[in-house]
Amino acid sequence: MSAFMVEALDVRKSISNLDILRGVDFTVARGEVVSLIGPSGSGKSTFLRCINHLTKITGGYLSVDGELVGYRREGDKLYELGERETAAKRAEIGMVFQRFNLFAHKTAIENIIEAPVQVKGEKRKAATEHARGLLDKVGLAHKADAYPSELSGGQQQRIAIARALAMRPKLMLFDEPTSALDPELVGEVLEVMRGLVADGMTMIVVTHEMNFARDVCDRVAFMDEGRIVECTTPAELFDSPKTERARNFLSHVL
Amino acid sequence: MSNTKVGAVADERPETPTAGLTIVPRSGRFRWVPVVIVLFLAAMLTESVLLNPRFEWPLVASYFFSPAILHGLATTVWLTVLCMTLGIALGIVIAVSRMSDIPIVSGFARLYIWFFRGTPILVQLIFWYNLAALFPELGFGIPFTGITFFQANTNHIVTPVTAAILGLALNEGAYMAEIVRAGISSVDDGQNEAARALGMTRLKAMRRIILPQAMRVIIPPTGNETIGMLKMTSLVSVIALSDLLYTAQSIYSRTFETIPLLLVCCCWYLLLTSVLSVIQGRIEAHYGRGIVRAGG
Repeated sequence: MSAFMVEALDVRKSISNLDILRGVDFTVARGEVVSLIGPSGSGKSTFLRCINHLTKITGGYLSVDGELVGYRREGDKLYELGERETAAKRAEIGMVFQRFNLFAHKTAIENIIEAPVQVKGEKRKAATEHARGLLDKVGLAHKADAYPSELSGGQQQRIAIARALAMRPKLMLFDEPTSALDPELVGEVLEVMRGLVADGMTMIVVTHEMNFARDVCDRVAFMDEGRIVECTTPAELFDSPKTERARNFLSHVL
Repeated sequence: MSNTKVGAVADERPETPTAGLTIVPRSGRFRWVPVVIVLFLAAMLTESVLLNPRFEWPLVASYFFSPAILHGLATTVWLTVLCMTLGIALGIVIAVSRMSDIPIVSGFARLYIWFFRGTPILVQLIFWYNLAALFPELGFGIPFTGITFFQANTNHIVTPVTAAILGLALNEGAYMAEIVRAGISSVDDGQNEAARALGMTRLKAMRRIILPQAMRVIIPPTGNETIGMLKMTSLVSVIALSDLLYTAQSIYSRTFETIPLLLVCCCWYLLLTSVLSVIQGRIEAHYGRGIVRAGG
């Protein structure tokens, strides 16, 4: 078993001639909570999506729980895995999106049991029971039969978190989970995320919520121009950033 | 002092009554004019159609349930159902191919749509019917090698029925492909992403998440296409397949009761399209439940 939940070495991504990731080096230990911050266009979301192979890397090494993501290694070559194998790996990694992406034609509870039943082959009854527990955990037990369009943004995002948790993931990825929310709804989502941290979940959070990063995360990584420029404890990064770029960025957002 | 002053100002304001207001709608004095015009036209139509003996309504009634007509009707109905089913299945395959990231596959789908939408269905039907003129033998083998696994006389395979099914279904596939593609593109890409992130394969995400949501957009034009198909089947009369219209034609070519028999056809077509409209409404309501809720 690898010591790291996520290990990235010189991860690169370019689309046509545009370099989005220019060599990301990054590790996350088991049970660690790390936030990725940085200016827009710095590659935070792209890197996050590479971790579950929603975006394919074009160079470097990226593993989750000691296993390559989306590839199989033979000697010096990485062969892209078949769809089924990649899908099976993705099923172990939870992801929460900026725009929630709840399945619009399904109720809250149907959203949550969809993947356990369809992907993992869980029994509907067991999945529903588990889902009720998760709804309770995110404080929305009374909204089980509501459609996404009947829920506020904050409620939708909490359901989306429950949906990801239903797969019993070993790692949770959050892609700006509060950026699309009205300010008064941000708190309830962060509250649920704090609960996950307390449960010991390994989490990577792309965020603009500097207070969350400071209060909750073990480490904060500052990204700029496709690289991780600084990665250290929140106290150190926020109070005494070492690089000019981090200082500059933080002076604008704090 | 100042208090009395304020009071005085208030007293000077003209009194505004707030209760007991009655709303009087616009009188609409000339609303009877269009009513009279419509009634007048309806009366004219009734007199000229119903009371004109040359329409021969009793004859229409006598033919309406005649065995030959009912047999033709049955052909029309099963041809519509079969060709529409095949067309929808084909449409889904072509639509997904058209959206493929493999250039040859999407190119082939484009070519297919281009050809079958771009040539008249009447010509396509006659073409399939006369396939034997082009290929006397039909076979399946490896191109350019002379190896064949299966071979048969074209005229044994391409009967009026198979020619009709081929022509109508292949043509419908092209139209349905564009309808399905529009439906799939109408679903937000985030839905697909969320499904994939949860570990679904592309196929499962399409079947469980994308297509059910695309149905809202796909159903109304598909209803249109089904009604269109019902009437389009009448074209198979040119390749001597005895559908409703062909049956009527073959009767009136003997009896010269042209108009009454065409009226029989029209009434049946109208009846069937009415039934189809009701069914379409039901299906739309089913998939539309999300849309009503989606107001928020």
